[in-house]
Amino acid sequence: MNTLLSSSSSLNKEDSSTYQFVQEVFALTKRLFLQLIRRPSTLIAGVLQPLIWLILFGALFANAPADFLPGGMEYGRFLGAGIIVFTAFSGALNAGLPVMFDREFGFLNRLLVAPLQSRSSIVVSSVIYISTISLLQCFAIMTAAFFLGYGWPGEGGVLLVLLTLLILIFAVTALSLGLAFILPGHIELIAVIFVANLPLLFASTALVPISFMPTWLGWLAAINPLTFAIEPIRAAYSSSIGLGSVLIQAPYGDITGYECLLILTALTIGLFLFVRPLLNRKLI
Amino acid sequence: MLLVELHDLEKSYGSVPALRKLTLGIPKGALFGLLGPNGSGKSTTLRILCTLLEPDSGTVTVAGENALTNPRSIRNKIGYVAQEVAIDKILTGRELLQLHGDLYHLRRDYRDRRIQEMVDRLDMTTWIDRRSGSYSGGMKRRLDLACGLLHEPELLVLDEPTVGLDIESRSKVWSLLRELHNEGTTILLSSHYLEEIDALSDQMAIIDSGEVIANGSPSELKEELGNNRVTLKVQEFSNQVEGEKVRELIQGLKGLNDVVINRAQGFSLNFFADDSETLSILRSHLIEAGYGIFLLSESRPSLDDVYLKATGKTLMDAELEVSSKRDFKKEAKQSMR
Repeated sequence: MNTLLSSSSSLNKEDSSTYQFVQEVFALTKRLFLQLIRRPSTLIAGVLQPLIWLILFGALFANAPADFLPGGMEYGRFLGAGIIVFTAFSGALNAGLPVMFDREFGFLNRLLVAPLQSRSSIVVSSVIYISTISLLQCFAIMTAAFFLGYGWPGEGGVLLVLLTLLILIFAVTALSLGLAFILPGHIELIAVIFVANLPLLFASTALVPISFMPTWLGWLAAINPLTFAIEPIRAAYSSSIGLGSVLIQAPYGDITGYECLLILTALTIGLFLFVRPLLNRKLI
Repeated sequence: MLLVELHDLEKSYGSVPALRKLTLGIPKGALFGLLGPNGSGKSTTLRILCTLLEPDSGTVTVAGENALTNPRSIRNKIGYVAQEVAIDKILTGRELLQLHGDLYHLRRDYRDRRIQEMVDRLDMTTWIDRRSGSYSGGMKRRLDLACGLLHEPELLVLDEPTVGLDIESRSKVWSLLRELHNEGTTILLSSHYLEEIDALSDQMAIIDSGEVIANGSPSELKEELGNNRVTLKVQEFSNQVEGEKVRELIQGLKGLNDVVINRAQGFSLNFFADDSETLSILRSHLIEAGYGIFLLSESRPSLDDVYLKATGKTLMDAELEVSSKRDFKKEAKQSMR
């Protein structure tokens, strides 16, 4: 008969703390990807929804007056950046859901009784997972937009799109994970996602420029974080506009592409700093 | 030598106290049973021991280490099998075990060898590579046990391990626990099943309302009661009013002790009698008062009698009392981090 429990030997364990952390993150991330592969509906829905938006809105405003958009830009090209950001935003906003389900079904307790090198591995694995699938979904939308004739980012533009999306995804993921630990259950989290998702899209420059909006909505759009992600990506699609150019003519002043990225980065750092004590309290 | 020492543990959920100065010692190598009705504080005790909860006050020591200041070290020493089987339905059993092995930082070759040992030992070969969402309750529980044992813990902690299991699965779990115990593993097992604690444990404690009310080996605790337990029914189906009348009638009789009404047994009366002479007097007394005797039987004291002696009610009655007051939604929230 096998001996189930012999004296626990450190020889059987990885001893470097860095390796242990990597081992935890890898194992937890692998679990999330296995779930995705075996239940791909959320990934598919995450691509289908923005794709439908892209096609429908593109068609809806196809005959809009030529001076409707700055520089006489074609609407499909204008819309593409908005839909890419919307895709990343929606995906990242859902980051808290797997954690919430783990809380509700007791799986999180299973993780918390394990001698994790750092419980931040739970957060890191979620960030890796959400960033990867959000970027994949965005890439799918960019490809679809290209085939619809809405263009492709110019030279170096892909890197700018990637950088902007990553900053946004980190910010929204931090927010969503924070909510997953504050809210009592998944119903409440889904409610917050529903309430936040579309209003933030409409109150941004995703669908129309600020100049087209009533003043109050223009103000909202000019402080909406999505706008600060949309405009650099829109610039990436336009070879004639650089990051040093004014990308947002906000009611309170002009904002360049660099300033957009700076604001987004500050927001991300701020959100992580805001959420960190909460995660510490729940996870440590 | 004590492997686990819990001293003066206190824990409240809001204004509701769950543990009141609970003190407990678990010897190394023991199969220690924690018996008590639902809501008595068993799960809270185990969750504090496994570092999932922090007590409001008190100390927890495992193998000489303070669990409150060195939780990570304690987690390495403990294998915890929770009451609710929390498995990821999308993963196969083997993938879940691999995940566990990685979270306990086992080397890959060693992890895979241990997984195979568990699969063989717990008879999981035919289904371990199927997704765990398709498993029966017994299979899930065996997988959960394998997870708890994978990293060779010094202490295996099981919270109500056989709740909801069919007889065959329960028997398999019992056999495994006996084998582990014989191999020298220290096991802490909580249950509200009397027969489970009686059959498995060599040391035990009874918890009621967050306090330890009895502690020792099951046989010692039963022997301490001395006399046989007597069950009296004046008719086959009685009621509370009649039960109280009969209790009032007989509880003053000399040689009769600890008379209680057992609601779970159709309002029968349970008590201890000094000798057979006492029972003869009891019979005459009942007949004189106009009562018949449907049942008057003696049995050796059980753990239920130990509980009854300490609390004045049977475990089943305590369960019935608690079940009407339980708020499962609130309990689920308490178990969420």
